[in-house]
Amino acid sequence: MDGSQIAQIRFGHGFGPGRPALTAAAMLAALGRPDRAARRHPVAPYAETAALRAELQAANAALREGQAGAEARRDAANAALVAAGRAGLRAVLARVLDTDAPLRERLVWFWADHFTVAAAGPTGRAAVPAFVDEAIRPHVTGRFADMLRAVIRHPVMLVYLDQHLSYGPGSAAAARGGRGLNENLARELLELHTLGVGGGYAQADVRAAAELLTGLMIDRDRAFVFRPAAAEPGAETVLGRRYGGDGPARIEDIDAFLGDLAAHPATARHLARKLAVHFVADDPPAALVEDLAAVYAAQGGDLMAVTGALVTHPLALAPTLAKVKPPLEFVASALVAGGVTAAEVAALEPGEVRRLLDVPLTHMGQPFQRPRGPDGWPEAPGDWITPQGLAARIGWATALAGRLVDRLGDPRGFLDAMLPGLAGPDLRFAVGAAETRREAVALVLASAEFNRR
Amino acid sequence: MDHAATTRRQLLGALGCSAAAFPLMTRITLASAPWDARLVVIVLRGAMDGLDVLRPVGDPGFAALRPDPGGTATPLDGRFALHDGLSPLLPLWQAGELAFAHAVSTPYRDGRSHFDGQDILEAGGSAAPGDGGLRDGWLNRLLQATPGAEAETGFAIGRENLRILTGAAPVANWSPQTRLALGESAEQLLALAYRSDPLFHDAAAEAVALARSVAPGGGGGSPDRALAEFAAARLRGDTRIASFSLSGWDTHSHQARRMPGLLARLADTILTLRDGLGPVWGRTAVLAMTEFGRTARLNGSGGTDHGTGGALLLAGGAVRGGRVHADWPGLEEADLYDRRDLRPTRDLRAYAGWAMAGLFGLDTGLVQRAVFPGLELGADPGVVL
Repeated sequence: MDGSQIAQIRFGHGFGPGRPALTAAAMLAALGRPDRAARRHPVAPYAETAALRAELQAANAALREGQAGAEARRDAANAALVAAGRAGLRAVLARVLDTDAPLRERLVWFWADHFTVAAAGPTGRAAVPAFVDEAIRPHVTGRFADMLRAVIRHPVMLVYLDQHLSYGPGSAAAARGGRGLNENLARELLELHTLGVGGGYAQADVRAAAELLTGLMIDRDRAFVFRPAAAEPGAETVLGRRYGGDGPARIEDIDAFLGDLAAHPATARHLARKLAVHFVADDPPAALVEDLAAVYAAQGGDLMAVTGALVTHPLALAPTLAKVKPPLEFVASALVAGGVTAAEVAALEPGEVRRLLDVPLTHMGQPFQRPRGPDGWPEAPGDWITPQGLAARIGWATALAGRLVDRLGDPRGFLDAMLPGLAGPDLRFAVGAAETRREAVALVLASAEFNRR
Repeated sequence: MDHAATTRRQLLGALGCSAAAFPLMTRITLASAPWDARLVVIVLRGAMDGLDVLRPVGDPGFAALRPDPGGTATPLDGRFALHDGLSPLLPLWQAGELAFAHAVSTPYRDGRSHFDGQDILEAGGSAAPGDGGLRDGWLNRLLQATPGAEAETGFAIGRENLRILTGAAPVANWSPQTRLALGESAEQLLALAYRSDPLFHDAAAEAVALARSVAPGGGGGSPDRALAEFAAARLRGDTRIASFSLSGWDTHSHQARRMPGLLARLADTILTLRDGLGPVWGRTAVLAMTEFGRTARLNGSGGTDHGTGGALLLAGGAVRGGRVHADWPGLEEADLYDRRDLRPTRDLRAYAGWAMAGLFGLDTGLVQRAVFPGLELGADPGVVL
């Protein structure tokens, strides 16, 4: 096995029948082409999900007033939201199966986890895929500062971390009473999104950042709006730098602050380490982290440059499979290996998405887009390969093998094609010794070798 | 499939085969437990607002900080009133089976990060694992220090990997919703395939053993109730220490609206444990703890932001209840930690340490040395009978 085969597994979704194996260089080149997968498998835009939410609220109000047909209207609105949420998971997997740029999907998942928003209820499940498509996806090969600015003004993030409820204590809006500062987003912006928890900020910086971020609101249609009347008047000093002045609050001051955070050396180190931990090893080589941080700093936070440095770095292509695929990656790579087509996934009904994908992901420990907190999903292999998590993987692999066995040919050939040079002798022997082809295919998919990367 | 049948025969023949050719050897065994008392630790993720749950209404500073706390509360003693979201637990209070400790925290200060805060709470040390702190969990270290502890003595329940029970001592991990049905042959082949990867091998072995021994539970009820029912079922058997988490306590906004539902879940969880434990409840202590408290004042959105001192709940027949333990720091501006948070006056690990010492007859030196290294347990608050 050589570096290109490792890249296929570590930075893509592994091997699949009839798919070309991409070298790291080919994976990078594919990022330069138009993002056709997203266009072919769209998700509902945020504005549309907000309209569905408004319709649900209107239907609920009509129901409370006892209007005729209100119940049917409520059920229809609810069903539309649920369908939009299920369509999100369907699209995420259809894109994997359709794309010629698998690295893009992996980067989108990484950055979406970095800027975690957790979906609550049918409304959230419909809106989170839109957030990812609108704030994350366009920027994974662009500049981190641009992604940060898009994230920090997206309504889904503003609502998730309560920013839309935060008013400057000295603002005109707070003077009318009952409203004031909320520091949730400001803290996570420093701790999770940029500097990192050891990044050298103090409580006073969190407070000042919270005051600086006031004014980022949503309007009646739940679209983003900057409201100077909600913003804390005057300048704020964060990390020793002064933002704003005596005039009316301006979003440009917030953008300048976000730009400084993006350019901060602590941010470079934090992001470099996080990339290395996610893609390579929980305890990544220091030289890899340093090199990525240096590229980030030298290239002004250009994520294409950082990605290029990562996937071509000799230390990132070490043959040891130190990481375990999180459940969504495991499911995606199993569908790829099984030769499932995007059309097949796209044709799944909402109920099938729930039964075949959504519920199994939950049992594997990764309910789709619903991590427990804003720090996102865990990285350590031991957090995923628990008895209950592995049992769910084995069960799902067995069910998938039953559906796919007829199209996969000899299981020993399947093993060699999907895990070239990676299958250990025990797995090879077990696959050859299985009683049925279905059992053999399930063994390949449930194997440690297939679940690692 | 002839070739497969042949190879399989060769495999089984070469091993002098039986069903036990490649047993998934698990550390899970059913064995006598080292003690009879039970300890349940519920990790309340997201930072429960102790000042809202257990309101210091007897301190005039409280009304100044929270003029309109929302909802109602029932007085417990001269100083504290219990949020009515926990009113289903009042009979426990009256029966002497419910207690609290207030103004407590872990040693974590100033960072106010949920994630470091939870890591420190579960590791039981004074620094986050990433900052040179302890990497294993304190309940696991208790098991490491316990002669005769078997894998099912400690049980981590739910879909997450609970840090508090992670470490060198074998423990069981399972989720009540998990099913695993493998044929004998598939099980053997998996055992073989996983043989050289301990992470996968051990997890599969435990899964197979537990799927066999654990009756499917949690039918019909909420996921939280399923956790509590499952925990009670294990604790009626050989399990002595169980842990799981309840999340959702990060009430940055509309706290008055959200708290009743959160507390109803907590109350239901504790009462489900009591009902499920039956006679064993009398020998049980349940500790519900959170990573830190929240700001003393409400924020601008009817919620509270990340703070420091908070509250610890203790319930169970083994608990000396009907009391609130607190070296009360006061709520004047100058009393507050950083002029914003309830000032912690005691380490919550001291309560957990004394509870373990009392429940399991542990030497306090062992608690300070092995379970919470570096902790000064201090005076015995008498939390268990």
